[in-house]
Amino acid sequence: MNAVNLVAVFVENKPGQTARVTRLLAEAGVNLCWLTIANSGSFGVMKFLVDQQDLAIRTLKEKGVMVSLVEVLALEAPHKPGSLQAVADLLGRHNINLENCSGFVAHNRAILIIEVHELAQARAILEQQGFRLLSQEEMLRL
Amino acid sequence: MFWDQASETLARPILEQLQLKRLQDTLQRVAQRVPFYQQRFAELGINPAEIKSLADVRRLPFTTGADLRAIYPDGMLAADRDESVRLHTSTGTTGKPKAIFFSRKDVDNAAELIARSLVMTGITRKDVFQNMMSYGLFTGGLVMHYGAEKVGCLVIPAGPGTSERQLMLMQDFRTTAVHILPSYALYFASFLEQKGIDPRKDLALRKAFVGAEPHTEETRRRIEQAFGCDVYNSYGLTEMNGPGVAFECEYKAGLHLWEDNFILEIINPATGEPLPEGQTGELVLTTLNREAMPILRYRTRDITSIIPEPCQCGRTHRRLARITGRSDDMLIIRGVNIFPQQIERVLMSFPQVGRNYVIIIEGLDDMTIKVELAAAGFDGQVEHVAALQQQLIEKLRAETWVKPKLDLVPAGSLPVAEGKAKRVIDKRTL
Repeated sequence: MNAVNLVAVFVENKPGQTARVTRLLAEAGVNLCWLTIANSGSFGVMKFLVDQQDLAIRTLKEKGVMVSLVEVLALEAPHKPGSLQAVADLLGRHNINLENCSGFVAHNRAILIIEVHELAQARAILEQQGFRLLSQEEMLRL
Repeated sequence: MFWDQASETLARPILEQLQLKRLQDTLQRVAQRVPFYQQRFAELGINPAEIKSLADVRRLPFTTGADLRAIYPDGMLAADRDESVRLHTSTGTTGKPKAIFFSRKDVDNAAELIARSLVMTGITRKDVFQNMMSYGLFTGGLVMHYGAEKVGCLVIPAGPGTSERQLMLMQDFRTTAVHILPSYALYFASFLEQKGIDPRKDLALRKAFVGAEPHTEETRRRIEQAFGCDVYNSYGLTEMNGPGVAFECEYKAGLHLWEDNFILEIINPATGEPLPEGQTGELVLTTLNREAMPILRYRTRDITSIIPEPCQCGRTHRRLARITGRSDDMLIIRGVNIFPQQIERVLMSFPQVGRNYVIIIEGLDDMTIKVELAAAGFDGQVEHVAALQQQLIEKLRAETWVKPKLDLVPAGSLPVAEGKAKRVIDKRTL
């Protein structure tokens, strides 16, 4: 199962919240490999890819932080023009909506992290078309 | 289960005869000994000897909270101060409190009413009763304590200590019943969750009595689910002894008000006119069995109605519907009347919503509701939380006719009150 899990944290949208959460993770010795923060009015959600997921969740819960796990797909696309378009086109044709998407290039490898409701279907379609999906371990080794 | 079956099931005509007799005794007593009522009777041209039927109650003067503050500290005593053995005061937030005196007989009688109330839910001398209400001037501590002791329970006077300590007592002494503020019960449920304690497996709790704060049926259900036990609504007010004025029986369908001890009226709060049975209005109570400090037609400010139908339990004392609000708590927002309970009902009907909330009014009638998100309400998706926020705003607008601002905040981030929860913060200066 090449699914990647992110640790999602619910916080108030006010100064100091990112610092508070990341301090707890740092003190527990959790390393962050990737993150996003999305705000909506008075609140926000931070999502982290971490090296020690269980430890991160336990630490945050103990400190009364609201935590949830989010399953996403991480796929590697050729680092050249038109790659994202090909992925988006493929999913669009199958009527799968991209809920959240982010991407980066590391060591000349283009990585996309995508969130969709139809995770299993999206995974099957992408693999069928020859896209390689990365496991959690592979993401952490990037 | 009855504590005093004869009194609790008196045939209505006999109960009413007893009420009239006790009313006449009370009137005689205050007419002889309480200058406050002597003056009121004189003003209204009332001769207490002319009160010949219960219907004449409406001729008697009202007593208000303001009156009790005006006669502070002891201007309404109907007994010598030497005969008083206890003093309680209301949890007044501003100015002087209302001081209520108890004679030895009054203390015992208040305990008697609590004993009836507890036993009718199935409490026995085998129960371990942890009283988590504040001891001291507040009646929720001592008055309840004496009643539970009278039943023969092992009473733990825990008071409002820290949650860690409450839990330790519950575990070490196998507490089976608690007396607790509903707002604290909701907080304590979160605390247990965080500690990984499953009350159904790890505690011996089987009953919780909640009172001293108006709360909704939705809140009761939440506490029942979280504690895995029966929750009973308790009604009382310091001016009428404290807890034990009215209480739910095993059927949890309204609160039996002990009519051999109080005359119950529902009035139109604007005109003071009595309302027909079943209609919603302000509860007015007259003490019938109080020695040190009888009070006539006390305006409780609590909004409720009488349930006229007999109860399955066989008690003849009529029931009050759940208090829908204290008229003092009513908010006027942009000309619309809103009770905080209406807001609570909407919030607590959403399982994704957590257990603590606060209503803030500021500026030109802007209402902001801060409410905690439940752990189950967070799946990691910001869009889902935003959608929940929109649904809540829509439901609240439909219920109250005012569109509030609503902030969802993380569980545990709102302050927890030491005593009664402060649900409304009105910052308006006009």
